[in-house]
Order: sequence, then C-alpha cells, then structure tokens
Amino acid sequence: MAKNILILGATSDIAAACARTFSQAGYDIILAARNTGTLLPLADDIMIRSNQQVYVTSFDATAFETHADFIKNLPVKPYGVICAFGFLGDQTKAEDSFREAHTIIDSNYTGAVSLLGRLALLFEARQAGFIVGISSVAGDRGRSSNYVYGSAKAGYTAFLSGLRNRLQRKNVQVITVKPGFVRTAMTEGLNLPKALTAEPEQVAKDIFTAVQKNKDVVYSKWFWKYIMLIIRHIPEPLFKRLAL
Amino acid sequence: MNISNWGKYPVVDSNVLCFRADNEIKAVTATSHSLIARGMGRCYGDSALNENMIASTERFNHLLSFNEKTGELICESGVTLEDILSVFVPRGWFLPVTPGTKFVSVGGAIGADVHGKNHHESGSFCRHVNWMDVLTADGSVVRCSPDENEDLFFGVSGGLGMLGIVLRASFNLVHISSAYIKQETVKAVNLKEIMEDFETYDEREFSVAWIDCLKGGDSLGRSVLMRGAFASADELSKKQKQELLSVPKKRKLNIPLNFPSIALNPLSVRAFNALYYGKAPNEHTESIVDYDSFFYPLDAVYNWNRIYGKRGFTQYQFVLPKESSFEGLTKILSKISASGQGSFLAVLKLFGKADKGTLSFPREGYTLALDFPITESLFPLFNELDAMVLDYGGCHYLTKDARLSRDVFDKGYGKAADSFRELKAKWDPANKFSSLQSSRLGFGD
Repeated sequence: MAKNILILGATSDIAAACARTFSQAGYDIILAARNTGTLLPLADDIMIRSNQQVYVTSFDATAFETHADFIKNLPVKPYGVICAFGFLGDQTKAEDSFREAHTIIDSNYTGAVSLLGRLALLFEARQAGFIVGISSVAGDRGRSSNYVYGSAKAGYTAFLSGLRNRLQRKNVQVITVKPGFVRTAMTEGLNLPKALTAEPEQVAKDIFTAVQKNKDVVYSKWFWKYIMLIIRHIPEPLFKRLAL
Repeated sequence: MNISNWGKYPVVDSNVLCFRADNEIKAVTATSHSLIARGMGRCYGDSALNENMIASTERFNHLLSFNEKTGELICESGVTLEDILSVFVPRGWFLPVTPGTKFVSVGGAIGADVHGKNHHESGSFCRHVNWMDVLTADGSVVRCSPDENEDLFFGVSGGLGMLGIVLRASFNLVHISSAYIKQETVKAVNLKEIMEDFETYDEREFSVAWIDCLKGGDSLGRSVLMRGAFASADELSKKQKQELLSVPKKRKLNIPLNFPSIALNPLSVRAFNALYYGKAPNEHTESIVDYDSFFYPLDAVYNWNRIYGKRGFTQYQFVLPKESSFEGLTKILSKISASGQGSFLAVLKLFGKADKGTLSFPREGYTLALDFPITESLFPLFNELDAMVLDYGGCHYLTKDARLSRDVFDKGYGKAADSFRELKAKWDPANKFSSLQSSRLGFGD
C-alpha cells in the first residue's frame, strides 16, 4: 500500500514539522486545514525538500456535517492520519461564556471524534493504517488555568484509548501523543520554562518514532510522563489548594 | 523576555514575536512604533536587538521554488544556510557565498551582506541575490532587484534591517563537483610573509588565515593560511568517490554551560595559539577535507560562545585599504599584543572588489577579525584601535559591533553613511525599523 498520510490541522507548527519529517521518510502528504492559502508555502517546501507528492485540501473541524464528503473526496485514500488541530481558547472567557467553552470543546474534541470515527471505519475495513491523535498533558488533570481545554483533551485521550482497544485486533495502530510545553503559535507570547519546552521538530520526531515502534501513548518531551505521574497523584484535598 | 545575540552582550528585555505569514508581520509592523527583524541572532552585538519588539523569522522558513537547471532558489527569509546545505549539497549544489557559520538565516545573510573565504572571487552574498521582497514601513511589500527599486535593494543589502524586513529572496546556488575541499595549509612566520602569500596565491577559490595576535617583535603576525577549492572526483579517495556529495556525520560537541570567566586568560590563549600554530605541519601541506570542516569548523561545537562566560564577548572586525594594510596592521597588532588582551580567534583575509550595498562592509583590502571576552579594560582599548583604523582609512563591520560610536561610524563609512541616511529618510522616515545599534549610530535622530 502507498505510504501517505493525511494531516488534519496542517497549519499548526507541530503538524508542519510532522509533514516535513514524514515526507523525508518517503511518505506522500495530504495537508488539510481550514485555510488552504496558508498551506501553499509549506506544500512547496515539502516538495522541494523531499520530492514526495503533496496534496492540499480544505476542511473545517467544527463543520461536522461536511466531514463525510470531505473524507469521500480526499485526493488519495490515506494510509495514516495525524489529527493535529486544536484550539487553546481563553479560559477566563470560557468561564463567562458558554460559546467560548463550546468552541474549545468542539475544536479539540467533537471535531476529532467525528473525523477520526469516520477514518477508523475505513482503516478498520481494510485492516491497515495508523491514527495519531495529538492530545495534551492538560488532559491528564484539570487545572484552574485551562480546564475547559483540558477537559476536551481528556475526552480526546479517552476516545483514542477506546479506539485503540477496538482497532488493535484489526491491525490499525492508534497513538495518543501528549505534548507538554511546545514552542508554537499556540503558546506564542507565553513565558514557558526553557528546559521543559520542546520545539515542534522534537515532537514530530517523537511521533515518527512512535509510529515506527508501534507505541500506544507518548509524552513529548519524554519526562512529561513523570511530571504528569506526580501531578496525577497529588491528593485532591491538596491539589485543589494549589495555584495551577 | 531577555534576549541577546551571539556575543551575549548586550542583553535586553524585549518582546519577541515569531511570524508565520505576510499578514502576521504586516499587522505587527503596523501596530509597533519601533521594531527590528531577527533571524538566528548570529550577529555578535546589538544589530538585531530592539527594546520594544523583535520580529523573529525563525518560523518563516519555507523553500518556495528551485530550478534544477539554473540553481535559482526562492525561499522565505528565515530559511537557514544549514537547511539549504542539507537539502542541496546531496544534489550537487552549494551556496555562492557563505560566512564562517551555517547557522545564519537568508534574511541575516542579506542584512549583513555576509562575506566568505571566496570574497576575492565572488564578492559578498547580495551580489548573488536576484531579487527580494521587502516589507517597508508603510506596510507595503516591495519587490526590489538591481534593476527595480534598486536604491532599496542596495540599501537593504548590508543595511541590517534598518529599511524594512526581507520576506523572500531569490538567489542562485552554484554547482559543485563533490562535497570535499582540496585544502592547502601554509605557515607564515610574520605579517609580511602572510600578506605575500595572500597576494601571490590568489587564484585559489577560498582563502583565509588564522593569525596569532599575542606574538610581537619579529614574529608579529605569524599565521597559518588555509586555501582551498572544491575537489574533483579524481582527487578523492575510493571511499569518498562512492559518496561524492555526502559528508560523514560527525559527533557534535556542545558547551552546556557558561564557562567561568577566568577560563580564558592570556596564559590559556597563549597556550592555545602555540598549539594551533605548532599543530600545522611545516610550511606547505595539502589534504582533502569535507566542506563542513573547511567552512564551518566552529559549528561542530554548539554554543561555543559560552566559552567566554556569562559576561559575553565581542568581535572587533575592520578592513583597511590594501595600500595602508601592512603599516596599519603592524601598528594595530602591536597595540593588541602589548595590551595582553588575548584574542582566542583572530582571522585575516584579503578582500576583493567591493559590491554595491550602500552599507556593505567588504571593500578591497585586508580585514582582521578578533574575538575578545568583555572586560572593563576592553572598550578603552577598542577606542584606541578605532582611532588607528580611521587613521589608515579603514572602517568597521557593523554585524560584529556592540559599541561603535556614531562619530567613528560616520568617519569610517564617509559618503556611504550620508547616502544611507538619505535612504532611511526616504523609506523609513518615522524610524520604525530600529535597533539598539541603529540608535547608537544616530539613525532616526
């Protein structure tokens, strides 16, 4: 089967880094984002670097009714998918307005359920392929500073876990990626601690390795696994008092 | 956040914004009263520092087109030379001009109009630029070339971002026969000998000399000259021939922490220099080395700037006209040698004819570049050197500078400084694009 991957939410920095990494390894790439205009420089870039085929297509993660057609009309049938779209949103705003909270949930969770659910059927039927979902360490425990986003990612993490359980008998690999701090457009302007922060290229490399090695859940950078292990085990009576 | 360039001096607290598309940088430019573009931050001093807003091209780094026949590459300004080499050396292409590090962006190479070991033949970087798109202060993107908006083109070439932000550029890569260099090393016992060497063997494509600036007296200016050209297939070993265009991967070193400031002192520098000079085989030798070792020996040590400690370092680079070079360099080297302020790395090079960039640094004559750790006694020494450089009709390389005065700049650059002030008044009358350096040099006053 042809090696190609569909990258959903291809304008994100992690997605762009994944596109470069996978094309270097001989994959053709289908870049999908709401605004395809911004994808053109990336598409040119990948073709020059790798000589792989690149397709550009548009989709809207929260326009659920369009998803069936979007998948039906893809330029080629994807072997794998990286679902990278997401929206950090504004926690304070989400506390005051359900509209913001709803957008956060739909862009991080509902959209992924709709799209990955449909792709899973395809992959399941042909019994081959892989699904990479980019969730977040924020989904491991709700914190006051971003719990709407965190809860959507928690839902996404659980969804991927269940999907993996269902598809493992069908030779379809499902990988949950949980990045910690990453220096991307999403975190532009935030003062992130340098030692804990990954570059998008590192996350892409971790994702590529996870696909190669058939991993289930990957933290990026790797030590977030242990940071989150500690954070998950702080007793709730103490946790609720912390300013996080 | 705190930010500094390669010399770690000075440090400013500023806002850094990485843009990813034209509309993002247009919005930032429209809403900032003052900003400067920054690529990899490999200028040494304050050329890419602004206390209000720094627009980083780090994420504006796409290759947009490549013509396999002509070698024309069009790319965004944040693409690094390292990136270009990794993609195109395996296909038989190389940069027309490269500085001593590949960790610079295309925008930076244009803004500094960088030069390399082939300056005597190929000029500086912007000679090879076909056109560029520049975001100017009024918010428009202006296409400029040697024939179209040429005043902007030559102003931006070496203009250190003071006229606008380079967004995209087109330039031609050059064909190479292999990824290897046939290198010759020649020892020279003093300044006179090294200058003769430069002038008699100028047919080689690449040349540069390392110079021991702690030696005085008869050995003043003792040097090791390195010359080279890309090797043809029949000059290579069997193993190298099999993979003509790839270079064996080497382990890279990293300097994880700042060294204590005591690590570099006259004694350790003297010892290093003695070893380096001693290591070079006698008089004249030839060898085949890969392009990485020849062009970018220091890139093999990541963060080598940390060797200079937390206080940072600066580089002092100037050029003297050919006629006055011997006398001028003798005086300047004697002064440095007498001061005992050891420069770890001192590099001498004979430039060819100047290009047309208004503020471009390279011009015919000898250029000397010296690294110094920042100490209290350093700037007084530099002030004395400044006067000597001006006396011999020379000028300074702004890309390395963190402390030059407006007066010395104006005298050194002469008419070019006036022409650039006119360009600034035309293209950026409100002085939107400014750096700590441009303010110090009196642009926008």
